[in-house]
Amino acid sequence: MIRDITLGQYYPANSILHKLDPRVKLLATLTFIAALFVAKGWPGYLAATIFLVVIIRLSRVPFSFMVRGLKAIVMILMITVVFNLFLTPGDKILVQVWKLKITDVGLRTAIFMAIRLTYLIVGSSVMTLTTTPNDLTDGLERLMGPLKKLHVPVHEVSMMMSIALRFIPILLEETDKIMKAQIARGADFENGNLIQKAKNLVPLLVPLFISAFRRANDLAMAMEARCYHGGEGRTKMKPLIYARRDYAAYGVVICFLAVIIALRVVL
Amino acid sequence: MSIKLEHVNYIYSPGTAYEIHALKDICLELKDGEFVGLIGHTGSGKSTLVQHLNGLVKATEGRIYFHGEDIYGADYDMRRLRSKVGLVFQYPEHQLFEVDVLSDVCFGPKNQGLSAEEAQERAKAALAMVGLGEEFYYQSPFELSGGQKRRAAIAGVLAMEPEILVLDEPTAGLDPKGRDEILNQIQKLHQEKGISIVLVSHSMEDVARYVQRIIVMNQGEVLFDDVPREVFCHYKELEQVGLAAPQVTYILHALREKGFFVDENATTIEEARDTILDALRSGRQA
Ligand SMILES: Nc1ncnc2c1ncn2[C@@H]1O[C@H](COP(=O)(O)OP(=O)(O)OP(=O)(O)O)[C@@H](O)[C@H]1O
Ligand SMILES: [Mg+2]
Repeated sequence: MIRDITLGQYYPANSILHKLDPRVKLLATLTFIAALFVAKGWPGYLAATIFLVVIIRLSRVPFSFMVRGLKAIVMILMITVVFNLFLTPGDKILVQVWKLKITDVGLRTAIFMAIRLTYLIVGSSVMTLTTTPNDLTDGLERLMGPLKKLHVPVHEVSMMMSIALRFIPILLEETDKIMKAQIARGADFENGNLIQKAKNLVPLLVPLFISAFRRANDLAMAMEARCYHGGEGRTKMKPLIYARRDYAAYGVVICFLAVIIALRVVL
Repeated sequence: MSIKLEHVNYIYSPGTAYEIHALKDICLELKDGEFVGLIGHTGSGKSTLVQHLNGLVKATEGRIYFHGEDIYGADYDMRRLRSKVGLVFQYPEHQLFEVDVLSDVCFGPKNQGLSAEEAQERAKAALAMVGLGEEFYYQSPFELSGGQKRRAAIAGVLAMEPEILVLDEPTAGLDPKGRDEILNQIQKLHQEKGISIVLVSHSMEDVARYVQRIIVMNQGEVLFDDVPREVFCHYKELEQVGLAAPQVTYILHALREKGFFVDENATTIEEARDTILDALRSGRQA
């Protein structure tokens, strides 16, 4: 149940996408998201669909994993669709129930909105599923590098991010364990009204916080013991270097963006 | 007849890249009043197995019967099962949360629906059983030493008065003295209260001294299930799966090879001492 959160969960496989430089994947994801908002009309979305399907195929991650991330946004998706469907004014009224009417423009907007959101989540899932959290923050750190000139603590931020990401599965596991231990002592996390439920969480949250602080403390100690002192002069064990396939990937992404823009301009 | 497992299989995260077949076709029967040791190398599935005993994880396949009733039956009362089968987790001290030791130990009995006074009585009795006296009642559980925390956590399960007590590595990370104290207390519970005990451990030495029956697990399967001396006969196989027989077994086998007539099946230090002394005496007489 707790493990259903795919976003930020790496799926190990041996594919070209897994081997790409994280910077490429980050920029490509951003480009893809931008393209989703640039695209207009069926041809644009068709191009995006083809691109996405090919990418998913290349990633060798089972399709069921991709859509798992969608579960989390089902509610948001529904709300967006419903609002767009009923509240968009348009010329032709297709259905009218009391004061609510569905117009042709509303229907179109709703469908495109749903597609956009779905592709957005699936597209970013492809990135997080094929990139280890460490690579991801590495890539981010490099991409943000220029901000250092503006005294933005890029290294520190990315270090915090990678630690946070690393802690997510650990804390999930810990939650699972503590929950089981308290259930074994008769705790009940399912029944009762809202207030009771909140109260019942105390035996879970207190040990969880304590363990989180203990882990954070241990980690800080371990880092200090190994003379960690921030980003200044720090080198990488595996520095990011672009390979030929990375340039090729950039080329593909630029072509994709060009197609989307062309479709928008031409049609 | 008390707990019976039939062809239990358990798979973590089935259908994903992280799929792990943690239990493979386990068939076991744990009888009333037994003191059983569950042994296996790291990752052999001990913790997974014991979490099945009180229904915390549901077997992917197979059936489990408690007193003859199928615990996966439609209207089986899991909460009652959990108060009958007390499970002390690995590192149980991480589950303490109350402001003082006494209220923490009261958590279980209160969940069973007992009144505050009854719960306190049970808690005090349980704390006495694990050797924590009155001076600890109102201390914060977070200010206790590691061993004391461990005892408080065990008391938290004992206070529910289970029929079967399952302990997942209760001595991990304790010093030899703390380890012996806890194990002795568990043995006392078994002898005086007649509670069945399942003791999960890495250490043959610990287990050999206390248990009547040993179940050895390897990679999710039951490798041996017998009385200690029979299990230790297979000390070569045990080594292959990352375990070891007690040191006395090795000494006795070595002596035997040198021509001493010792009983190499002795399992505890005391038995070994006796058989070595016997062998020496008879040797001198011969
Ligand atoms: N929550 C979990 N999710 C996925 N896999 C798990 C989980 N818990 C255990 N496993 C896997 O199941 C297998 C059995 O683990 P288990 O914890 O039962 O071993 P164990 O015998 O208790 O080991 P140890 O002596 O180290 O406590 C291991 O391969 C482990 O990686
Ligand atoms: Mg374990």
